Amino acid sequence: MAFHETIPNRIGVGYKPQHLDDILKDPSPIAWLEIHAENYMGGGGRPIAQLNRLREIFPISCHGVGLSIGGEDPLDKEHLSRLKHLVDWLNPGLFSEHLAWSTHAGHYLNDLLPVPYTQSTLDHVVSHITEVQDTLKRQMLLENPSTYCAFEQSEMSEIAFLTEVVDRSGCSLLLDINNVFISATNQKFAPNDYIDAYPLHHVGEMHLGGHTVDADDFSETLLIDSHAHSVVDPVWELYRYTLKKSGPRPTLIEWDNDIPIWDTLAQEAKLADDILAQTALVTS
Amino acid sequence: MSVDQTDFINALLDPNRAHPKGLVDPFGRFAGKRFDVYRNNVVASLIDAMQIAFPVINKLIGDVFFKTMAGIYVRKHPPSSPLLMFYGESFPAFLEGFKHVADLPYLADVARLELARRRCYHAADTVPIDADMLADIAPEALMASTFTLSPALELLSSPYPIFTIWNVNMIEDAPKPEAGGEFVLLTRPELDVEMQKIDHATHIFISTLKTHTLEQAYDTATRVSKDFDLSNAFNLLLKGKVITKIIAIGENNGIHSQHP
Repeated sequence: MAFHETIPNRIGVGYKPQHLDDILKDPSPIAWLEIHAENYMGGGGRPIAQLNRLREIFPISCHGVGLSIGGEDPLDKEHLSRLKHLVDWLNPGLFSEHLAWSTHAGHYLNDLLPVPYTQSTLDHVVSHITEVQDTLKRQMLLENPSTYCAFEQSEMSEIAFLTEVVDRSGCSLLLDINNVFISATNQKFAPNDYIDAYPLHHVGEMHLGGHTVDADDFSETLLIDSHAHSVVDPVWELYRYTLKKSGPRPTLIEWDNDIPIWDTLAQEAKLADDILAQTALVTS
Repeated sequence: MSVDQTDFINALLDPNRAHPKGLVDPFGRFAGKRFDVYRNNVVASLIDAMQIAFPVINKLIGDVFFKTMAGIYVRKHPPSSPLLMFYGESFPAFLEGFKHVADLPYLADVARLELARRRCYHAADTVPIDADMLADIAPEALMASTFTLSPALELLSSPYPIFTIWNVNMIEDAPKPEAGGEFVLLTRPELDVEMQKIDHATHIFISTLKTHTLEQAYDTATRVSKDFDLSNAFNLLLKGKVITKIIAIGENNGIHSQHP
């Protein structure tokens, strides 16, 4: 197909329509773009027209936020067919979704809600991913969540869970470095240990983003995955640490709320691209 | 303790309900505020979506009141689909039943207009007929034809001046509303929604044309007003790129516009 391009081991950003003119004027700070699938399911009009223009310039990655892969309910067939329609048309370089749920009993909650790491969740998630991959006729990437609390009923670690999902479904992984840092801080584990145990050879994409600092009822630090700030130093450090072990991977800067002017986002992309370029030199 | 998604969702949407048991912090203590992060995210992000969707309602009643009311609405009517661009479909009916805005009876129809503008903005792209080809059709044949109209077309009618209310809130120096109902036509000739006030007969004409022949639509419109101007109304449709196909009676395939 005409537009399918592999996402390179370079930096992309999450596309925001307010940046369109700046991006078209000078596309050089980024090598690819990621879109949220649901924003392009309206039917037509300006969103589709913009995407049609952008895909002539950039490889596009498609990131779903509404499939509810971790839901107890069956996948929403209507939504899956809308996704298939979009993916068939766009032919994105990558398609990814979240280890989370957002839909239950016909209600869509517009958040990435957590799942317990149990055998029963595992069965649901694997069957949902298999259904998605069979429908889209392509491999998908699954993103690790940012978590604020844990489930008493969990039977295994997040990494054991993800590893098993990959083995059974044949999907690959989207490693969100900011999410690792958030979960590690909130759940009191060492982020580097998480990376050490993570099946890095299955990672097809990484995410970087900003978070908000809060505190829980006991004044313990509680980080919130707001995507409303720049990437903080410890997350850059963790990114460097990860790349040294994994080698370069396509990496996305996510900034979805309090969206800055393009120059700020382009600056952030430049920082990440420099780290990526250094890694490529070291590991090649 | 084991938490299922029904427990989770019930506690998410009802701030008076206890947190689900079985969610803990890293020391095994009750999750408390950690669960509230999800509660806040869900409600705050849906209120944001409502503010984006209904900017005129927001202006009419003010930020603070809008957010409070939207908070009640989103808990009562969470989205049924992940397509948030269409969220708020039941908001007009909610406004009609919300006693704190009973003295602003026009709000529901203004909300209907805001919903229609979003449907129009996102509607599937279609290719309009070439207006020049109309000259090749005999007038009697044209009058006996039916038409396929663009999915971007929206028609509204209200006992309140919704078009003028929308404009005075969104466009600088727009005229102030006066009492009386208005009929509104929305089209999307390119990528922008175009909104115009039309008369009653034109409204009836276009809405009849969706399912009837041009002649039937014309007859219905002239019953509303004997001054109905057919060529004027037809030009509105051509300018709005609303007509995508002409189907002559007895013809199976119709006269198509050229697809690229």
